[in-house]
Amino acid sequence: MPGFFVLLRIVLQGIKPDMLRGRLTESGKRGLVLISPPFAYALLLLAVPLATILLFSFWTQDYLTIDTTFTFSNYTEAFGDPLYMALLRRSLLIAGAVTVVTVLLAFPIAYFVSFHVQPSRKSLWLFLITIPFWTSYLIRVFLWKVILGYNGVLNSSLIGVGLIDEPLSFILYNANAVVITLAHAFAPFAILPIFVALEKIDRSLLEASLDLGETRVTTFLRVTLPLAMPGVVAAVLIVFIPTIGDYVTPRLVGGPDGLMIANMIQTQFLKLNNAPMGATLAILAMLSVTAVSLVFIWLNRRWLRGPK
Amino acid sequence: MRGLRIYAIAYLVFLYAPIFLLPLFAFNDADIIAFPLSGFTTHWFEELTRNAALQAAVRNSLIIAASTAVLSTILGICAARAATMADWPLKRPMMGLIMLPLVLPEIIVAVSLLVVIVQVFGLGLSNATIIAAHTLICMPFSIAVLNGAFQNLDPALEEAALDLGESRWSAFRLVILPLVMPGIISSLLISFTISLDEFIIAFFLSGANPTMPVYIWGLLRFPGQLPVVMAMGTILVALSIILLTIAELMRRRGLKRAGLKDTGGFL
Repeated sequence: MPGFFVLLRIVLQGIKPDMLRGRLTESGKRGLVLISPPFAYALLLLAVPLATILLFSFWTQDYLTIDTTFTFSNYTEAFGDPLYMALLRRSLLIAGAVTVVTVLLAFPIAYFVSFHVQPSRKSLWLFLITIPFWTSYLIRVFLWKVILGYNGVLNSSLIGVGLIDEPLSFILYNANAVVITLAHAFAPFAILPIFVALEKIDRSLLEASLDLGETRVTTFLRVTLPLAMPGVVAAVLIVFIPTIGDYVTPRLVGGPDGLMIANMIQTQFLKLNNAPMGATLAILAMLSVTAVSLVFIWLNRRWLRGPK
Repeated sequence: MRGLRIYAIAYLVFLYAPIFLLPLFAFNDADIIAFPLSGFTTHWFEELTRNAALQAAVRNSLIIAASTAVLSTILGICAARAATMADWPLKRPMMGLIMLPLVLPEIIVAVSLLVVIVQVFGLGLSNATIIAAHTLICMPFSIAVLNGAFQNLDPALEEAALDLGESRWSAFRLVILPLVMPGIISSLLISFTISLDEFIIAFFLSGANPTMPVYIWGLLRFPGQLPVVMAMGTILVALSIILLTIAELMRRRGLKRAGLKDTGGFL
């Protein structure tokens, strides 16, 4: 395993020489002792399993026996099979749409709470926003099915009011339903980081901008928004990353066109009994999430630099 | 800014829409979950008390959530305390690995642990495997909550205790622990709530005894049982609101004790 030694060398190079010569401060030593149990836990239950599925993705499975010859065949199969690629592409697209919708809906709320709610009532608002999020996820997703369904709450009330004549069918068992449901599920995750970023903005900067002749709109675009970008970027990542791995919402409200890569990973592991293929798809999903996130962070790098 | 206020209220309606429906259907006298409502009944709650499999699942989930809360809080205390100490080699990458589950899709955690437990070690799945996985994903949340508590501590207090002859351990127990107690309680409650509601990992790692979300998932395919699920959901909502209110009050008390201003939210 030459790769392992390369990794080890890189890690060791990260250690400053005086640290190895026993010049660790007393406090640093205690820190090291204290961090050992949680670190060992994360190493054993996170790093080792992740390394294992990486290894598995280069193996193959024939019914119950695992063939441990190193091969790229899972990856060639994954890239060659239009189904896998379509699922991966759709997952990224749906996750992207969910992210855009969630963050766009969340921003005005965060802005409202930060700028237009009295300081003493801000935590009440945040509390109100977080409460729905702490109720059973499965039941919430199921209730969206009840709301969006053909004879659902939304359709019956719209017909009742007379706005539409027949039930809308484009809101359940497709990607739209997945987007609506997930935009609801991740709302607090998007609101909180944006709110924190907005709270940090020095209000005198806005006054200065107005005094110097900018209008409210240009002040928002040229002062508030750039300063809020770190929060927006955090919100985007917090919504985008877990969305890729969701299989509950696609299964319950997505219909056949709303299924995502996580559903396929689940099928490979639990139904088809093909752990190596499942591992390959998991690795591919993780890599694409990481790649998209890194590109996104890179595109926003000028907003993320702190004040000099 | 009236437009913004109207939008905020509309948004809250959107957030609360599913939760408002829950008690409606839980007390609705019909087998199917649809409008129009037919009449008031407490039948589904009575059914709940007779359903042994559901009760077993609830008991299971409570055991898992309580164990997870304790484990992740203990590990979180170690990590949050360590974070306040001086640097040691690889401090950042170590912290990074511990916090990684925050930015990892849950299905990845689930399948990688499944492979290691079943295929590599040949162990069976049980409550212990779920507890192990839930502790892993709750730990970053515990640390985030506890970090605040430990960073607000005045180091002079511990030094004073040491100067006055206390050992490190008794200084921790007598001085630090009481001061960070509100943070510990918030951490316990948050990990408990996350574990209680977690489905994706539990679905992959549960053995013969399903947890409550896994059991609910099974019920969602049998429409006849759905009103019972609604009844249970209603009880769960009520319980989480109570738990969260306690957590929030604890957090505020902690801030008051540390003499800080309220800046909002748990996260």
